[in-house]
Amino acid sequence: MDPIIDVRDLKKYFPEVKAVDGISFAIEPGICFGLLGPNGAGKTTAIEVIEGILEPTAGEIYYKGEPRGRSFKNEVGIQFQNTELPQYLTVKETLLTFRDLYDRRSDLGYLIETCRLEEILKRDNRKISGGQKQRLLLAMALANDPELIFLDEPTTGLDPQARRHLWDIVRNIKSLNKTIVLTTHYMEEAEILCDRIGIIDHGKIIVMGTPAGLLREYAGGSTITLRTEIDDAMLQSIPCRWFRKHGHIEIQTDSSGECIRRLVELGVDLSTMNVRHQNIEDLFLKLTGHELRA
Amino acid sequence: MIKRIWILFRARNHEFLRDRSALAWNVLFPVLVIVGFSVLFSDDRQVLYKVGIVTPAGATSAAADPQLENFMKTKYIDFIPFGSEEPALNKLLHHRIDLLINPERRTYWTSNTSPKGYIAERLLKASADSPRTGLGKESIRGVEVPYIEWLFPGILGMNMMFSALFGVGYVVVTYRKNGVLKRMSVTPLRPWEFLTSQIFSRMYILLLTTAVVFAGCMIIYGFEVRGSFLTLLLVFILGGISMVSLALVVASRSSSEEFAGGILNLITWPMMFLSEVWFSLEGAEPWVQKASRAFPLTQMIDALRKIMNDGAGLRDVQSNIIILALMTLVFLITGSLLFKWQKG
Repeated sequence: MDPIIDVRDLKKYFPEVKAVDGISFAIEPGICFGLLGPNGAGKTTAIEVIEGILEPTAGEIYYKGEPRGRSFKNEVGIQFQNTELPQYLTVKETLLTFRDLYDRRSDLGYLIETCRLEEILKRDNRKISGGQKQRLLLAMALANDPELIFLDEPTTGLDPQARRHLWDIVRNIKSLNKTIVLTTHYMEEAEILCDRIGIIDHGKIIVMGTPAGLLREYAGGSTITLRTEIDDAMLQSIPCRWFRKHGHIEIQTDSSGECIRRLVELGVDLSTMNVRHQNIEDLFLKLTGHELRA
Repeated sequence: MIKRIWILFRARNHEFLRDRSALAWNVLFPVLVIVGFSVLFSDDRQVLYKVGIVTPAGATSAAADPQLENFMKTKYIDFIPFGSEEPALNKLLHHRIDLLINPERRTYWTSNTSPKGYIAERLLKASADSPRTGLGKESIRGVEVPYIEWLFPGILGMNMMFSALFGVGYVVVTYRKNGVLKRMSVTPLRPWEFLTSQIFSRMYILLLTTAVVFAGCMIIYGFEVRGSFLTLLLVFILGGISMVSLALVVASRSSSEEFAGGILNLITWPMMFLSEVWFSLEGAEPWVQKASRAFPLTQMIDALRKIMNDGAGLRDVQSNIIILALMTLVFLITGSLLFKWQKG
């Protein structure tokens, strides 16, 4: 299937930083593609260049096989990471105002129902919660019935319940065969929502694939967490990768049994030990040496 | 295209009309200024000099002296009685009064450094005998324009200036700062459509509030418009658009409200003082008078006064109208060329 968006060797340099340094990927229609990386990795810059907000330093972007033209703005939906809403307008007025700026418009009832805005329609924008605001911003991104939707960290700053609400909505949108490009630094979000992810760090995509495939390939082992003091010399003698994180030690291993035996031999206190399957966060740590949520 | 302009026009009007403080300020401010000035400058309240008279209790009438009696008939001087010399002299030292007279001691005091004291002293001396000059007095002919009617167009113009410049400038800068403009930039909306909607919206608000203030003041003070209302409306529209366009130039790139506020103050304050809102520039340095013609507010107030006070027609104010139209064009082109959706 021809990709809906095709990004080739995209670069965006600022005077003091190479924010995006030659990334390439193609997204087939109907999937959710996630750009996963820590703050400052270049996710937002990359997505804003693709959206047409920033001019690229180099590289090519094709939408449905063609360079982006005037129709691009009419056919894509965009939700920014941080956007304030016009003051003194109600939720319904805001939605109608932005919807009516497009030539192609979604049905208002569909937007309200999909994004669960029924109860706040008459409420002033200044009086809605963070989760309600994100739902309104998502409805605004869907206002032109877009084929391609960009969601830039849509759940950052939301409480767990609001985040889950938003995931349900995104899954619902996905089921309508729409293409979603999502940036996030939550590995759980990427695992739940994305069909394919690209892990980005320092402006480069370091690995790309399906969440399950990437875990299978790069993070099939276990992670042992220890909340105890062990000196570096002792840890060097363990035949595994280890990292110090926020007052605890993480050991990544494909052979948890052997690793635990060695820890016992060294006389390490294992009363705080936790063993779990590796996830994308562990994968990121393994590939970059630093944390996803840095 | 028209629909997008209409949508933003309507949305902006909703915002303005719901911002009660801004709405109240736009309507109340000019009314308060006019009420204040009508009280201050009513004929019996116009006090130019203050003269203290020491009249201790039990003393004979302060104005027993013919010279003093003559002096106390002078208009625009407020005569303030004092029971004793000492507190009165203290007031004179601190320029709270311009001259102090003690009729009992046939003495007066004035400050050598006070210009008003000097004039008050001259008036006192002139009261000693009847004036003998070679000049004969005649009353002016024609329609005398009451001060409040001269002031009224200036106040309306000034209010339009503040509303246009701060109302549009601040809103656009705030929209840019908080990302509303960035959100709009990813819709099919074009910059000129956005700018046009802002101009229309602010003009609608300006004309509405000006009409309310205008009608209210006409009813209360019985102002007379000696020229055509249509010409007056044309000048209001052109003057308003020119200043809204100027605001769009100021707000074309900035995302800092503090910076934009500074620039707006830098523009509005000289305009307020040099556009003859409060006082005429007759007698000012020629270059000041010429420089003031470069302000849209000067052109607008000049035309408004000609129409309202002198009954001027379209032809009489055509130069003001042409200049305002040209200024609008220049500001609009500059604002459109400089305009950026985003900060940075």
